[in-house]
Amino acid sequence: MIGAGDRLLLRAAGLTKTFSGDGVRVPAVRGVDLSLRHGEFAAITGPSGSGKSTLLHLLGGLERPTGGEIWLDGARVDQLSQARWAVLRRRRIGFVFQFFNLVSNMTVADNVELAALMGGSNRKQAADRRRELLGELGLAAKADTAPARLSGGEQQRVALARAMANRPALLLADEPTGNLDSAATFSVLRLLARAHADGQAILLVTHDSRVASAADRVISLFDGMVADDAPLGAAGGAAQASEMPLPRVLRLRG
Amino acid sequence: MKMPLLALLAKEPAHGYELKSQLEQIFGEAYPAPNIGQIYVTLQRLERDGLVRSQDVVQATRPNKRVYELTDVGREAVVEWVDKASDGPRVRDEFFMKLALSQLAGTSDQLGLINRQRRHYLAQMRSLSELAASADRSVPRLLIEGAMLHLQADLDWLQRCQEELV
Repeated sequence: MIGAGDRLLLRAAGLTKTFSGDGVRVPAVRGVDLSLRHGEFAAITGPSGSGKSTLLHLLGGLERPTGGEIWLDGARVDQLSQARWAVLRRRRIGFVFQFFNLVSNMTVADNVELAALMGGSNRKQAADRRRELLGELGLAAKADTAPARLSGGEQQRVALARAMANRPALLLADEPTGNLDSAATFSVLRLLARAHADGQAILLVTHDSRVASAADRVISLFDGMVADDAPLGAAGGAAQASEMPLPRVLRLRG
Repeated sequence: MKMPLLALLAKEPAHGYELKSQLEQIFGEAYPAPNIGQIYVTLQRLERDGLVRSQDVVQATRPNKRVYELTDVGREAVVEWVDKASDGPRVRDEFFMKLALSQLAGTSDQLGLINRQRRHYLAQMRSLSELAASADRSVPRLLIEGAMLHLQADLDWLQRCQEELV
């Protein structure tokens, strides 16, 4: 593969994060090296407490690392101010929070359009993009609804639509299917696959291995460190997915 | 193979090729296509055991075909099979044997074993996802979804092994 796919978008080196309070120091991320190329789709998995969400928050500038470096498109960003990070998240990084963080006194449509407007779209572009995203996620009928009137799964998809409003070069998503049933999970996966095909890089945290297996790479986090970083599918070393023998559970008995 | 064939014959008599194509049609791509030879061998055994009987049907322009139908004993066997609760997934697991015993033998590092197994499961999960995306009828789709949920459990369990053993 040549071109955009080979350029480094994100690089973390020796990243650490230790939380302290009441005289206790809790290391959450303990020396993570990780890089993501433009257009690459990677999933982070690991048991709860392994530091997945903290790592994602560090990479999105929502937490400041205790040590180590973060580089975005060749520029060091870990020392940026909150305000500069906010600009990055408006224009280049989309972030999907585990608990949605939607603006409660605005409609679903306005939540998504606001993100597009803040990213530099005009009103018409923002409205078009909003219609497109809500349509793909099966939420067109909810455009004029307040977030509080939606189910958890619907709010989660609105949060995803908002994060993708600007077609960010990098999408960071924390458990984007955590509240979804199979059908809604499938619509989210389809949207992510399309964004990936359009060249967006995606880094998502998930405990759902169906979601993780859609990625090009699966990074297993354990105790705040990378236990494995495995390429999947055609580009990877783990064999061509379509040539994998089907699991024994598919064999009928009797 | 035995019971699915009997269950199909409970609906109506059929010959081997019809049974093969019915199985393919019902279960879709997810179910490895049964080999026609295996089907005929199984049908012969079922006949020997008195569960089915067969007769040759003369065809004008083609060779005769052998049509199988259930006997009363066969019908009882199907009812019994359907009514009986089925075994759950395996409790004995080859991977776990390797993991638990390799430490004794000192043959492999356990994290490496777990990582390799995880990659294997994830690659299987990926091929199942691709299969699921193309399954447009409920029976094949549910079969694939079931396999994916089993794999998800295997992966969760791998994580537990890592927590406790590594």
